[in-house]
Amino acid sequence: MLAPDLPPVAALAVAVLAVLGSAVALVGALGLLRLKTFYDRVHPPTLSTSLGLFCIVLASIVTFSVLGSRLVIHEVLLFFFVTMTLPVSMMLLARAALFRDRVEAFDKQLAAEVRAAAQQEAADLAVAQAEAAALAELDAGPAHDDDAAYGSE
Amino acid sequence: MSQAALATALVVAQTMLALALCLCAYRLIRGPRAQDRVTAIDALYMNALLSIVLVGIRTGSQLYFEAALIIALAGFASTSAVAKFLMRGEVIE
Repeated sequence: MLAPDLPPVAALAVAVLAVLGSAVALVGALGLLRLKTFYDRVHPPTLSTSLGLFCIVLASIVTFSVLGSRLVIHEVLLFFFVTMTLPVSMMLLARAALFRDRVEAFDKQLAAEVRAAAQQEAADLAVAQAEAAALAELDAGPAHDDDAAYGSE
Repeated sequence: MSQAALATALVVAQTMLALALCLCAYRLIRGPRAQDRVTAIDALYMNALLSIVLVGIRTGSQLYFEAALIIALAGFASTSAVAKFLMRGEVIE
């Protein structure tokens, strides 16, 4: 198995940091899998990008500093870059999801209103037709009788 | 001795990261809506980045750090672009 040849203390530190960072990342992925709604699921992946990345970057710094016998800290760049950019993209994503949910709710409400209005109109039309039929019957009835009355005279 | 212990610890760490990648992939395939899938792919590339840094530690090579930096850059750009697409229906207006 491949691993850098480090002195025992540094090897222990690197091992602990790597396992800790990976465990935190695994917990984040588990949260992404298990939580119920999207707004809950936005949060857990940030676990792996904050503490998980921090631990693994620290392990990398220790490894390369010990291997090169000088301080190697350009991995800090990775941590800073991710820490700066990730909240921005996550916030954009959450706002997009909020926008989509609102549009969907609005569409649903609009469809319900249109359906209710159509039903109301149909009911009104039925009432009007019934009234017209009753009126026609009322008009036709006496007129017929009148005709009969005139005819008999 | 310490080298073997370190190798074992790195194997354990990489296995956990691979498991995390599988969970993210499951959410990516399953995830009921588009925003869930985008969150899943964001977590996916972040875990891949951690895994690549671990490979760099294992081989003692600085090359992997640059790969990880490029993954972070591309991932941020793509996630922002897709979020904007979900919001507006187009990326560049």
